Amino acid sequence: MKYTPTVGEILQAKGVSRRGFLKFCATTASLLALPPSMIPRIAAAIENARRPSVIWLSFQECTGCTESLTRSASPTVEGLIFDAISLDYHHTLQAAAGEQAEAARHAAMEENDGGYLVLVDGSIPMANPGYSTIAGISNVDMLLDTVKGAAAVVAIGSCAAFGGLPGASPNPTGAVGVQNLVKDKPVVNVPGCPPIPTVMTAVLAQFLTFGTIPDLDKHGRPLAFFGNTIHDRCYRRPFYEQGKFAESFDDKGAKAGWCLYKLGCKGPTTYNACATVKWNQGTSFPIESGHPCLGCSEPKFWDKGGFYQPLSTGHFGSGATLAGAAVAGVALGVAAATAGKRRQAKYAKEA
Amino acid sequence: MTTLGDIEVQVQAMHGNVQPILNEVLHALDRLIDTNEATTIDLASLPFAPGERDALQAALGTGELSAQLDALGTSSIRETLYPGVWWIEHRNVYDEVVGRYLEITRMPEILSSQIADICAGRARLGEQFK
Repeated sequence: MKYTPTVGEILQAKGVSRRGFLKFCATTASLLALPPSMIPRIAAAIENARRPSVIWLSFQECTGCTESLTRSASPTVEGLIFDAISLDYHHTLQAAAGEQAEAARHAAMEENDGGYLVLVDGSIPMANPGYSTIAGISNVDMLLDTVKGAAAVVAIGSCAAFGGLPGASPNPTGAVGVQNLVKDKPVVNVPGCPPIPTVMTAVLAQFLTFGTIPDLDKHGRPLAFFGNTIHDRCYRRPFYEQGKFAESFDDKGAKAGWCLYKLGCKGPTTYNACATVKWNQGTSFPIESGHPCLGCSEPKFWDKGGFYQPLSTGHFGSGATLAGAAVAGVALGVAAATAGKRRQAKYAKEA
Repeated sequence: MTTLGDIEVQVQAMHGNVQPILNEVLHALDRLIDTNEATTIDLASLPFAPGERDALQAALGTGELSAQLDALGTSSIRETLYPGVWWIEHRNVYDEVVGRYLEITRMPEILSSQIADICAGRARLGEQFK
Protein backbone atom coordinates (compact mmCIF):
# COMPACT_ATOMS: atom_id res chain seq x y z
CA MET A 1 0.00 0.00 0.00
CA LYS A 2 1.41 3.38 -0.90
CA TYR A 3 2.57 5.63 1.95
CA THR A 4 0.33 8.63 2.53
CA PRO A 5 2.20 11.52 4.16
CA THR A 6 0.63 13.49 6.98
CA VAL A 7 -0.29 17.10 6.34
CA GLY A 8 2.41 18.11 8.86
CA GLU A 9 4.99 16.24 6.77
CA ILE A 10 3.74 17.88 3.57
CA LEU A 11 4.01 21.36 5.06
CA GLN A 12 7.44 20.59 6.56
CA ALA A 13 8.66 19.38 3.17
CA LYS A 14 7.52 22.69 1.72
CA GLY A 15 9.72 24.51 4.23
CA VAL A 16 6.81 25.93 6.22
CA SER A 17 8.07 27.01 9.68
CA ARG A 18 6.19 26.33 12.89
CA ARG A 19 5.18 29.99 12.97
CA GLY A 20 3.85 29.62 9.42
CA PHE A 21 1.99 26.50 10.53
CA LEU A 22 0.40 28.39 13.45
CA LYS A 23 -0.66 31.11 11.02
CA PHE A 24 -2.15 28.39 8.80
CA CYS A 25 -4.06 26.95 11.77
CA ALA A 26 -5.32 30.37 12.92
CA THR A 27 -6.68 31.07 9.47
CA THR A 28 -8.20 27.58 9.28
CA ALA A 29 -10.03 28.18 12.59
CA SER A 30 -11.36 31.41 11.16
CA LEU A 31 -12.36 29.56 7.98
CA LEU A 32 -14.29 26.99 10.03
CA ALA A 33 -15.96 29.72 12.11
CA LEU A 34 -14.43 28.15 15.19
CA PRO A 35 -13.20 30.15 18.18
CA PRO A 36 -9.49 30.98 18.24
CA SER A 37 -9.20 28.89 21.43
CA MET A 38 -9.52 25.85 19.12
CA ILE A 39 -6.24 26.63 17.33
CA PRO A 40 -4.07 24.21 19.40
CA ARG A 41 -6.55 21.37 18.74
CA ILE A 42 -6.64 22.21 15.04
CA ALA A 43 -2.84 22.29 14.95
CA ALA A 44 -2.61 18.83 16.54
CA ALA A 45 -5.28 17.39 14.24
CA ILE A 46 -3.89 18.85 11.00
CA GLU A 47 -0.34 17.88 11.80
CA ASN A 48 -1.27 14.22 12.03
CA ALA A 49 -4.00 14.11 9.38
CA ARG A 50 -3.41 11.94 6.33
CA ARG A 51 -3.85 13.50 2.93
CA PRO A 52 -7.39 12.66 1.79
CA SER A 53 -8.18 11.71 -1.79
CA VAL A 54 -10.74 13.87 -3.59
CA ILE A 55 -12.60 13.01 -6.79
CA TRP A 56 -14.34 15.96 -8.42
CA LEU A 57 -17.16 15.26 -10.88
CA SER A 58 -18.52 17.98 -13.18
CA PHE A 59 -21.94 17.44 -14.74
CA GLN A 60 -24.46 19.98 -16.16
CA GLU A 61 -22.57 23.09 -15.08
CA CYS A 62 -20.95 26.27 -16.39
CA THR A 63 -17.57 25.78 -14.63
CA GLY A 64 -18.31 28.87 -12.53
CA CYS A 65 -17.91 26.86 -9.32
CA THR A 66 -14.48 25.57 -10.32
CA GLU A 67 -13.60 29.08 -11.46
CA SER A 68 -14.67 30.51 -8.10
CA LEU A 69 -12.63 27.96 -6.21
CA THR A 70 -9.50 28.13 -8.30
CA ARG A 71 -9.58 31.94 -8.19
CA SER A 72 -9.55 31.52 -4.45
CA ALA A 73 -6.46 29.33 -4.63
CA SER A 74 -4.31 32.43 -4.56
CA PRO A 75 -4.75 32.91 -0.82
CA THR A 76 -1.96 30.75 0.48
CA VAL A 77 -3.93 29.14 3.25
CA GLU A 78 -6.62 27.88 0.92
CA GLY A 79 -3.91 26.89 -1.52
CA LEU A 80 -2.32 24.89 1.24
CA ILE A 81 -5.56 23.12 1.95
CA PHE A 82 -5.58 22.10 -1.67
CA ASP A 83 -1.97 21.00 -1.39
CA ALA A 84 -3.06 18.99 1.61
CA ILE A 85 -5.66 17.03 -0.34
CA SER A 86 -4.99 14.76 -3.24
CA LEU A 87 -7.19 15.94 -6.11
CA ASP A 88 -7.10 12.70 -8.07
CA TYR A 89 -9.75 13.44 -10.68
CA HIS A 90 -11.11 16.72 -12.02
CA HIS A 91 -11.65 16.56 -15.75
CA THR A 92 -11.59 20.34 -16.20
CA LEU A 93 -8.23 20.75 -14.47
CA GLN A 94 -6.43 17.47 -15.18
CA ALA A 95 -4.25 16.96 -18.23
CA ALA A 96 -5.47 13.43 -18.86
CA ALA A 97 -8.66 12.81 -20.82
CA GLY A 98 -10.91 9.94 -21.89
CA GLU A 99 -9.79 6.45 -20.84
CA GLN A 100 -6.68 7.70 -19.06
CA ALA A 101 -8.74 10.04 -16.90
CA GLU A 102 -11.27 7.34 -16.11
CA ALA A 103 -8.43 5.00 -15.15
CA ALA A 104 -7.19 7.65 -12.69
CA ARG A 105 -10.68 7.87 -11.17
CA HIS A 106 -10.93 4.11 -10.71
CA ALA A 107 -7.40 3.92 -9.28
CA ALA A 108 -8.22 6.64 -6.71
CA MET A 109 -11.45 4.81 -5.80
CA GLU A 110 -9.68 1.48 -5.30
CA GLU A 111 -6.72 2.87 -3.34
CA ASN A 112 -8.91 4.93 -1.01
CA ASP A 113 -11.99 2.74 -0.78
CA GLY A 114 -14.31 3.99 1.98
CA GLY A 115 -12.24 7.10 2.72
CA TYR A 116 -12.31 9.46 -0.24
CA LEU A 117 -14.43 12.55 -0.77
CA VAL A 118 -16.52 13.09 -3.89
CA LEU A 119 -17.12 16.70 -4.92
CA VAL A 120 -19.78 17.34 -7.53
CA ASP A 121 -20.61 20.48 -9.45
CA GLY A 122 -23.49 20.59 -11.91
CA SER A 123 -26.89 18.92 -11.94
CA ILE A 124 -27.70 15.47 -13.23
CA PRO A 125 -30.13 15.10 -16.19
CA MET A 126 -32.72 12.39 -15.58
CA ALA A 127 -35.13 13.03 -18.48
CA ASN A 128 -32.61 11.35 -20.74
CA PRO A 129 -29.23 10.34 -19.25
CA GLY A 130 -27.71 10.76 -22.71
CA TYR A 131 -28.09 14.54 -22.44
CA SER A 132 -24.78 14.71 -20.57
CA THR A 133 -22.06 12.09 -20.71
CA ILE A 134 -18.35 11.88 -19.93
CA ALA A 135 -16.21 9.27 -21.70
CA GLY A 136 -19.50 7.72 -22.84
CA ILE A 137 -20.73 7.35 -19.27
CA SER A 138 -23.94 9.11 -18.26
CA ASN A 139 -23.75 11.54 -15.35
CA VAL A 140 -26.07 9.46 -13.19
CA ASP A 141 -24.08 6.26 -13.76
CA MET A 142 -20.78 8.01 -13.05
CA LEU A 143 -22.14 9.57 -9.88
CA LEU A 144 -23.63 6.37 -8.47
CA ASP A 145 -20.52 4.36 -9.38
CA THR A 146 -18.13 6.91 -7.83
CA VAL A 147 -19.96 7.43 -4.53
CA LYS A 148 -20.02 3.69 -3.74
CA GLY A 149 -16.74 3.80 -1.83
CA ALA A 150 -16.88 7.45 -0.73
CA ALA A 151 -16.81 8.66 2.86
CA ALA A 152 -19.02 11.63 1.95
CA VAL A 153 -20.23 13.68 -1.00
CA VAL A 154 -20.08 17.47 -1.29
CA ALA A 155 -22.46 19.11 -3.78
CA ILE A 156 -20.73 22.30 -4.90
CA GLY A 157 -23.01 25.05 -6.21
CA SER A 158 -26.77 25.38 -6.54
CA CYS A 159 -26.90 23.08 -9.59
CA ALA A 160 -25.37 20.11 -7.77
CA ALA A 161 -27.29 20.92 -4.58
CA PHE A 162 -30.76 21.63 -5.95
CA GLY A 163 -30.74 21.30 -9.75
CA GLY A 164 -29.99 25.02 -10.14
CA LEU A 165 -30.25 26.80 -13.45
CA PRO A 166 -30.55 23.61 -15.56
CA GLY A 167 -33.47 22.67 -13.33
CA ALA A 168 -35.28 25.99 -13.84
CA SER A 169 -38.81 25.75 -15.20
CA PRO A 170 -39.61 23.95 -17.50
CA ASN A 171 -36.52 21.89 -16.62
CA PRO A 172 -36.03 20.39 -20.09
CA THR A 173 -33.36 17.90 -19.02
CA GLY A 174 -35.11 16.73 -15.87
CA ALA A 175 -32.15 18.09 -13.88
CA VAL A 176 -31.85 17.05 -10.22
CA GLY A 177 -29.33 17.60 -7.47
CA VAL A 178 -27.03 15.02 -5.89
CA GLN A 179 -29.21 14.55 -2.80
CA ASN A 180 -32.05 13.33 -4.99
CA LEU A 181 -29.94 10.37 -6.10
CA VAL A 182 -27.47 9.62 -3.31
CA LYS A 183 -29.31 8.31 -0.28
CA ASP A 184 -26.78 6.09 1.49
CA LYS A 185 -23.89 8.54 1.99
CA PRO A 186 -23.63 11.84 3.85
CA VAL A 187 -24.26 14.67 1.38
CA VAL A 188 -23.15 18.23 2.18
CA ASN A 189 -24.68 20.97 0.05
CA VAL A 190 -22.61 24.10 -0.57
CA PRO A 191 -25.04 26.06 -2.77
CA GLY A 192 -24.51 29.44 -4.40
CA CYS A 193 -24.12 30.60 -7.95
CA PRO A 194 -21.22 30.31 -7.46
CA PRO A 195 -20.68 29.34 -3.84
CA ILE A 196 -18.34 31.39 -1.67
CA PRO A 197 -14.90 29.82 -2.18
CA THR A 198 -14.14 30.09 1.52
CA VAL A 199 -17.15 27.93 2.33
CA MET A 200 -16.02 25.25 -0.12
CA THR A 201 -12.53 25.15 1.38
CA ALA A 202 -13.96 25.24 4.92
CA VAL A 203 -15.83 21.97 4.28
CA LEU A 204 -12.60 20.44 2.96
CA ALA A 205 -10.67 21.86 5.91
CA GLN A 206 -13.11 20.35 8.40
CA PHE A 207 -12.86 16.93 6.74
CA LEU A 208 -9.10 17.25 6.67
CA THR A 209 -8.87 18.42 10.27
CA PHE A 210 -11.46 16.34 12.08
CA GLY A 211 -12.42 13.70 9.51
CA THR A 212 -16.04 14.77 9.88
CA ILE A 213 -18.60 16.76 7.96
CA PRO A 214 -20.04 19.95 9.48
CA ASP A 215 -23.41 20.32 11.21
CA LEU A 216 -26.06 20.86 8.52
CA ASP A 217 -29.38 22.68 8.17
CA LYS A 218 -32.60 21.22 6.70
CA HIS A 219 -31.26 21.72 3.16
CA GLY A 220 -28.00 19.94 3.98
CA ARG A 221 -25.98 23.17 4.14
CA PRO A 222 -23.21 23.78 6.73
CA LEU A 223 -24.85 25.67 9.60
CA ALA A 224 -21.71 27.67 10.32
CA PHE A 225 -22.20 29.49 7.02
CA PHE A 226 -25.91 29.04 6.30
CA GLY A 227 -27.27 29.46 9.83
CA ASN A 228 -28.28 33.10 9.35
CA THR A 229 -29.95 34.97 6.54
CA ILE A 230 -28.07 37.60 4.56
CA HIS A 231 -30.56 40.07 6.07
CA ASP A 232 -29.69 39.03 9.65
CA ARG A 233 -26.03 39.95 9.18
CA CYS A 234 -26.40 42.77 6.63
CA TYR A 235 -24.76 46.05 7.59
CA ARG A 236 -27.73 47.82 5.92
CA ARG A 237 -30.18 46.12 8.30
CA PRO A 238 -30.52 49.24 10.53
CA PHE A 239 -31.99 51.09 7.52
CA TYR A 240 -34.60 48.34 7.11
CA GLU A 241 -35.58 48.76 10.75
CA GLN A 242 -35.75 52.56 10.26
CA GLY A 243 -37.85 52.21 7.08
CA LYS A 244 -35.19 53.81 4.88
CA PHE A 245 -35.26 52.17 1.45
CA ALA A 246 -33.73 52.80 -1.98
CA GLU A 247 -36.66 53.03 -4.42
CA SER A 248 -34.55 53.02 -7.59
CA PHE A 249 -30.90 52.42 -8.41
CA ASP A 250 -30.09 56.11 -8.76
CA ASP A 251 -32.16 57.80 -6.09
CA LYS A 252 -31.12 59.48 -2.88
CA GLY A 253 -31.63 56.26 -0.89
CA ALA A 254 -29.40 54.21 -3.21
CA LYS A 255 -26.66 56.82 -3.00
CA ALA A 256 -26.95 56.91 0.78
CA GLY A 257 -26.61 53.12 0.97
CA TRP A 258 -30.10 52.45 2.33
CA CYS A 259 -31.82 49.06 2.41
CA LEU A 260 -32.42 47.40 -1.02
CA TYR A 261 -35.53 45.46 0.04
CA LYS A 262 -37.83 47.39 -2.29
CA LEU A 263 -35.46 46.77 -5.21
CA GLY A 264 -36.01 43.04 -4.86
CA CYS A 265 -33.39 42.07 -2.30
CA LYS A 266 -33.87 38.41 -1.32
CA GLY A 267 -31.64 38.80 1.75
CA PRO A 268 -34.50 38.21 4.24
CA THR A 269 -35.19 34.72 2.85
CA THR A 270 -31.67 33.72 1.82
CA TYR A 271 -29.31 31.79 4.06
CA ASN A 272 -25.64 32.39 3.23
CA ALA A 273 -22.50 34.00 4.63
CA CYS A 274 -21.91 36.72 2.01
CA ALA A 275 -22.51 39.53 4.53
CA THR A 276 -19.68 38.38 6.81
CA VAL A 277 -17.27 36.28 4.73
CA LYS A 278 -17.73 38.52 1.68
CA TRP A 279 -16.06 38.05 -1.72
CA ASN A 280 -12.74 38.83 -3.39
CA GLN A 281 -10.60 38.36 -0.30
CA GLY A 282 -13.24 39.93 1.93
CA THR A 283 -13.59 43.11 -0.13
CA SER A 284 -17.39 43.33 -0.31
CA PHE A 285 -20.55 41.49 -1.32
CA PRO A 286 -23.37 42.30 -3.79
CA ILE A 287 -25.41 44.42 -1.38
CA GLU A 288 -22.32 46.40 -0.44
CA SER A 289 -21.86 47.08 -4.15
CA GLY A 290 -25.42 48.42 -4.34
CA HIS A 291 -27.17 45.38 -5.83
CA PRO A 292 -29.93 43.34 -4.17
CA CYS A 293 -29.22 39.77 -3.14
CA LEU A 294 -30.59 37.33 -5.76
CA GLY A 295 -31.00 34.50 -3.26
CA CYS A 296 -28.76 32.17 -5.27
CA SER A 297 -28.11 29.74 -2.42
CA GLU A 298 -31.79 28.86 -2.00
CA PRO A 299 -33.55 25.98 -3.79
CA LYS A 300 -35.26 27.04 -7.03
CA PHE A 301 -34.00 30.62 -6.73
CA TRP A 302 -34.33 31.01 -10.49
CA ASP A 303 -38.06 30.36 -10.41
CA LYS A 304 -39.01 32.72 -7.60
CA GLY A 305 -40.20 35.61 -9.75
CA GLY A 306 -38.25 38.65 -10.90
CA PHE A 307 -34.94 39.46 -9.30
CA TYR A 308 -36.02 43.09 -8.95
CA GLN A 309 -39.50 42.45 -7.55
CA PRO A 310 -39.73 42.99 -3.80
CA LEU A 311 -40.47 39.90 -1.71
CA SER A 312 -43.70 41.57 -0.65
CA THR A 313 -45.12 41.19 -4.17
CA GLY A 314 -46.04 37.62 -3.44
CA HIS A 315 -43.20 35.13 -3.86
CA PHE A 316 -44.40 33.50 -0.65
CA GLY A 317 -47.82 32.92 -2.09
CA SER A 318 -49.74 34.83 0.57
CA GLY A 319 -49.53 37.99 2.58
CA ALA A 320 -50.03 36.04 5.79
CA THR A 321 -46.92 33.94 5.14
CA LEU A 322 -44.94 37.05 4.33
CA ALA A 323 -46.02 38.72 7.54
CA GLY A 324 -44.90 35.61 9.39
CA ALA A 325 -41.56 35.68 7.58
CA ALA A 326 -41.06 39.33 8.44
CA VAL A 327 -41.66 38.67 12.13
CA ALA A 328 -39.36 35.63 11.98
CA GLY A 329 -36.76 37.84 10.30
CA VAL A 330 -36.72 40.26 13.19
CA ALA A 331 -36.62 37.47 15.74
CA LEU A 332 -33.80 35.76 13.86
CA GLY A 333 -31.84 38.99 13.84
CA VAL A 334 -31.87 39.00 17.61
CA ALA A 335 -31.17 35.28 17.78
CA ALA A 336 -28.34 35.32 15.23
CA ALA A 337 -25.60 36.51 17.55
CA THR A 338 -26.79 34.14 20.29
CA ALA A 339 -26.68 31.16 17.92
CA GLY A 340 -23.15 32.06 16.82
CA LYS A 341 -21.98 32.37 20.41
CA ARG A 342 -23.64 29.04 21.25
CA ARG A 343 -21.73 27.28 18.47
CA GLN A 344 -18.44 28.81 19.57
CA ALA A 345 -19.14 27.91 23.20
CA LYS A 346 -19.92 24.31 22.18
CA TYR A 347 -16.58 23.87 20.45
CA ALA A 348 -14.68 25.77 23.14
CA LYS A 349 -16.14 23.34 25.70
CA GLU A 350 -15.05 20.35 23.63
CA ALA A 351 -11.51 21.78 23.15
CA MET B 1 -15.27 60.36 -20.06
CA THR B 2 -16.71 59.64 -16.63
CA THR B 3 -14.58 57.30 -14.57
CA LEU B 4 -15.51 55.26 -11.51
CA GLY B 5 -13.72 57.83 -9.36
CA ASP B 6 -16.11 60.54 -10.59
CA ILE B 7 -19.20 58.79 -9.28
CA GLU B 8 -20.28 60.26 -6.02
CA VAL B 9 -20.50 57.59 -3.34
CA GLN B 10 -21.56 58.45 0.17
CA VAL B 11 -20.66 56.09 2.95
CA GLN B 12 -22.96 56.62 5.87
CA ALA B 13 -21.14 56.42 9.13
CA MET B 14 -21.12 53.51 11.54
CA HIS B 15 -23.70 50.90 12.31
CA GLY B 16 -22.70 50.34 15.89
CA ASN B 17 -19.99 47.66 15.74
CA VAL B 18 -17.10 49.72 17.11
CA GLN B 19 -18.41 50.42 20.62
CA PRO B 20 -19.38 46.79 21.44
CA ILE B 21 -15.96 45.57 20.29
CA LEU B 22 -14.22 48.16 22.42
CA ASN B 23 -16.33 46.96 25.33
CA GLU B 24 -15.30 43.37 24.59
CA VAL B 25 -11.66 44.48 24.58
CA LEU B 26 -12.20 46.19 27.92
CA HIS B 27 -13.59 43.01 29.47
CA ALA B 28 -10.76 40.96 27.94
CA LEU B 29 -8.22 43.33 29.50
CA ASP B 30 -9.91 42.78 32.88
CA ARG B 31 -9.48 39.01 32.45
CA LEU B 32 -5.86 39.45 31.40
CA ILE B 33 -5.14 41.58 34.47
CA ASP B 34 -7.06 39.37 36.91
CA THR B 35 -6.25 35.86 35.71
CA ASN B 36 -3.68 36.27 32.92
CA GLU B 37 -6.24 34.78 30.50
CA ALA B 38 -5.63 35.76 26.88
CA THR B 39 -8.46 36.50 24.42
CA THR B 40 -8.54 36.51 20.64
CA ILE B 41 -11.26 38.31 18.68
CA ASP B 42 -11.60 37.18 15.06
CA LEU B 43 -12.51 40.35 13.18
CA ALA B 44 -13.37 38.39 10.01
CA SER B 45 -16.53 37.04 11.62
CA LEU B 46 -18.09 40.45 12.23
CA PRO B 47 -20.38 42.19 9.70
CA PHE B 48 -18.53 45.49 9.44
CA ALA B 49 -20.09 48.36 7.51
CA PRO B 50 -17.81 50.15 5.05
CA GLY B 51 -15.33 52.25 6.99
CA GLU B 52 -16.15 50.65 10.32
CA ARG B 53 -13.02 48.51 10.60
CA ASP B 54 -10.90 51.58 9.90
CA ALA B 55 -12.80 53.40 12.64
CA LEU B 56 -12.03 50.57 15.07
CA GLN B 57 -8.37 50.63 14.08
CA ALA B 58 -8.28 54.42 14.54
CA ALA B 59 -9.95 54.13 17.95
CA LEU B 60 -7.30 51.66 19.12
CA GLY B 61 -4.44 53.67 17.63
CA THR B 62 -0.82 52.63 17.24
CA GLY B 63 1.40 51.78 20.18
CA GLU B 64 5.13 51.60 20.63
CA LEU B 65 5.84 48.10 19.33
CA SER B 66 5.30 46.48 15.96
CA ALA B 67 6.78 43.41 14.31
CA GLN B 68 6.62 41.80 10.89
CA LEU B 69 6.59 38.06 10.34
CA ASP B 70 7.60 36.55 7.00
CA ALA B 71 6.03 33.10 6.85
CA LEU B 72 3.56 32.14 4.08
CA GLY B 73 3.34 35.85 3.28
CA THR B 74 3.83 38.69 5.70
CA SER B 75 1.98 39.24 8.96
CA SER B 76 1.97 42.45 10.92
CA ILE B 77 1.76 42.23 14.69
CA ARG B 78 1.26 45.63 16.20
CA GLU B 79 0.53 46.72 19.73
CA THR B 80 -2.18 49.36 19.90
CA LEU B 81 -2.17 52.46 22.09
CA TYR B 82 -3.48 50.17 24.82
CA PRO B 83 -0.74 47.84 26.11
CA GLY B 84 -1.80 44.22 25.90
CA VAL B 85 -4.11 44.87 22.92
CA TRP B 86 -2.53 43.68 19.66
CA TRP B 87 -3.79 44.18 16.10
CA ILE B 88 -2.70 41.24 13.97
CA GLU B 89 -3.07 40.92 10.20
CA HIS B 90 -2.01 37.85 8.26
CA ARG B 91 -1.37 38.26 4.54
CA ASN B 92 -0.61 35.64 1.92
CA VAL B 93 2.25 35.72 -0.58
CA TYR B 94 0.10 37.87 -2.88
CA ASP B 95 -0.24 40.44 -0.07
CA GLU B 96 -3.95 39.73 0.35
CA VAL B 97 -5.34 39.77 3.89
CA VAL B 98 -6.29 36.23 4.96
CA GLY B 99 -6.89 36.84 8.67
CA ARG B 100 -7.39 39.79 10.96
CA TYR B 101 -7.49 39.48 14.75
CA LEU B 102 -7.37 41.44 17.98
CA GLU B 103 -5.33 39.60 20.58
CA ILE B 104 -5.52 40.68 24.17
CA THR B 105 -2.43 39.13 25.69
CA ARG B 106 0.98 39.99 27.10
CA MET B 107 2.64 38.79 23.90
CA PRO B 108 1.07 37.02 20.91
CA GLU B 109 2.17 33.39 20.76
CA ILE B 110 3.24 33.71 17.14
CA LEU B 111 6.04 36.10 18.16
CA SER B 112 7.72 33.51 20.40
CA SER B 113 10.36 31.30 18.83
CA GLN B 114 8.73 27.91 18.42
CA ILE B 115 10.46 24.84 19.82
CA ALA B 116 10.26 22.95 16.50
CA ASP B 117 11.95 25.85 14.70
CA ILE B 118 14.55 26.14 17.48
CA CYS B 119 15.41 22.44 17.08
CA ALA B 120 15.64 22.75 13.30
CA GLY B 121 17.82 25.86 13.64
CA ARG B 122 20.06 24.12 16.18
CA ALA B 123 20.54 21.26 13.74
CA ARG B 124 21.42 23.65 10.90
CA LEU B 125 23.94 25.51 13.03
CA GLY B 126 25.43 22.23 14.24
CA GLU B 127 25.96 21.19 10.60
CA GLN B 128 28.36 24.11 10.18
CA PHE B 129 30.75 22.68 12.76
CA LYS B 130 30.95 19.19 11.29
